[in-house]
Amino acid sequence: MTGKKEARARRALLGAGGYHGTGILLAIFFLAPFAITILSSFRHGTEARLPPVPPWPTTGFSLDAYRSLDSFGAGVWQHTLNSAAVAIGTALLTVVVSLLAGYGFSRYRFMFKNALFVLIIATLMIPFQSILTPLFIILARLGLNNSLIGLTLVYVTLQLPFSVFMMRNAFDAVPKEIEEAARIDGARDLRLLVRVLLPLVLPGIVTVAIFAFLNSWNEFLAALVLLSDNSKFTLPILISAVRAGRLGAIDWGAVQAGVTVMSVPCLFVFLLLQRYYMRGLMAGAVK
Amino acid sequence: MTLADSLSRPPRRPRPRHRSQWKGLLYIAPAMALVIVFFILPVLFTFWMSLHKWPLLGAPKFIGLGNYIRMLSDTRFYSALGFTAYYTVIITIAIFALAFPLAIFVERQRRMVGVYRTAIFMPVVVGLASASLLWVWFANVDVGFLNPLLAWLGIVDLKTNFFASFDSAFFIICLMVVWKVAGFTMIILLTGLQAIPTELGEAARIDGANRWKRFIYVTLPLMRKTMALSLILSVTGSILAFDQFYIMTAGGPQNKMISVVYYIFNQSFVSFNLGYGAAMSLGLLVILVLISIFQLWLLRVGEERP
Repeated sequence: MTGKKEARARRALLGAGGYHGTGILLAIFFLAPFAITILSSFRHGTEARLPPVPPWPTTGFSLDAYRSLDSFGAGVWQHTLNSAAVAIGTALLTVVVSLLAGYGFSRYRFMFKNALFVLIIATLMIPFQSILTPLFIILARLGLNNSLIGLTLVYVTLQLPFSVFMMRNAFDAVPKEIEEAARIDGARDLRLLVRVLLPLVLPGIVTVAIFAFLNSWNEFLAALVLLSDNSKFTLPILISAVRAGRLGAIDWGAVQAGVTVMSVPCLFVFLLLQRYYMRGLMAGAVK
Repeated sequence: MTLADSLSRPPRRPRPRHRSQWKGLLYIAPAMALVIVFFILPVLFTFWMSLHKWPLLGAPKFIGLGNYIRMLSDTRFYSALGFTAYYTVIITIAIFALAFPLAIFVERQRRMVGVYRTAIFMPVVVGLASASLLWVWFANVDVGFLNPLLAWLGIVDLKTNFFASFDSAFFIICLMVVWKVAGFTMIILLTGLQAIPTELGEAARIDGANRWKRFIYVTLPLMRKTMALSLILSVTGSILAFDQFYIMTAGGPQNKMISVVYYIFNQSFVSFNLGYGAAMSLGLLVILVLISIFQLWLLRVGEERP
């Protein structure tokens, strides 16, 4: 009797061991590249030309890689600032535009309402890669070529289908009675929207903002095409120029530092706001 | 007509409604303006441009269907299409081969499962450009990590240059993309797995179906819709691939790794044949719309069989 029980317990323990062993191996496979890159970026300049074995600084912590990254383009601060301006600008503008549109689509009746909503969502069917050429020309005509503002407007437009959809659903979930009560208390229009409804749809806003921030921070092709001035480059464009090499030599230390500068904010934002990120993903998947 | 009639009609009803008409439009106006200027207009403009010889500087010249005729006889366009199709098939299979077991692995509520999910998902949130830059360093023969690791495991020689031949460079790119995307597909599949009522699996077990049979006959058919969705996301994403080929191999050994988007990019913004680029963009668009229609068909098939 006890032998059987023991055997079962042993098997359960073995199963759990196998499960967690696999889990830990998987975690290592998916996380180690980040860990190795971040640790390697703090090695001395002399070590940057060697393989990362072991993958941590052996001769002391150093910022050499970041210093040499700073010698590219207009300096790493400038390019980080460009990326941050575009990403934060995209997030803010996407929130404002999709908040208004979501409210309009949820609470008002007007001509062609459904057709216009479908039109916004239908842009998802067309990949932006296929309209880059005319975008390039149209932005030039508007005087927005080679400008971070032009790039931000393009990114906001790309975020709209997902964001308007999210925000309309968020407003649909708010009971109409709350709004009516606020109306009776004298709150109207924008004041009603900002004071009363905004806190209620905040989770939706956070989701929209995270996706807008991450997607615009990480975007490569549109930035590559639409920005031609060196000092305007966002981080992905700068680092890919670093990787392409200078005078035939590639500064791998600067590449490691660049990957670190690009990845850490994304990982940080995700870990901090994971719940909201997953909500957005599920909404997209269930739809 | 009568007093009762006019009383029963809510007073002042038409006016607010009329006002809310334009008010609603006002709320959606910024979104509509952006979509029209930066999306609808470019789509229409793509068509107009595709009918012209359109240099970067100087006046465009109308050439009718010239660009399309050129496209149909452009062998480099065909080889870009061929490579993109090859990549799409291989990478989609690879992603599913890893993501499906991963989804099953993280499905059950056990201790630490949240940590594993998060760890597997982490590469999804960094950019494809960042991941490409990371792995191009990782797999570099002189300064990378992969050579020492694989040599220590006895798999390859320490001095193997992965980016020298098509097959090994292609393998590294696929490894990078699978590492980056598997977590995403895993989460999508996980939502499908969790939507399956546990009673169904129980019932099948009581009927004597083993684990493998339960997976084939119960789980898979119920996952149809989710699988169609993740399949389409993976296929569309792969057809539009650009960053990894541009950053990691710059078109690859002997220009064999030029994807369609990469070729359009080269024609439009390196050779400045903007009209020709627009024509090929529309070609790409037609292919993707056909795939979207196929997607809708797949999803409807899923609904017909509940």
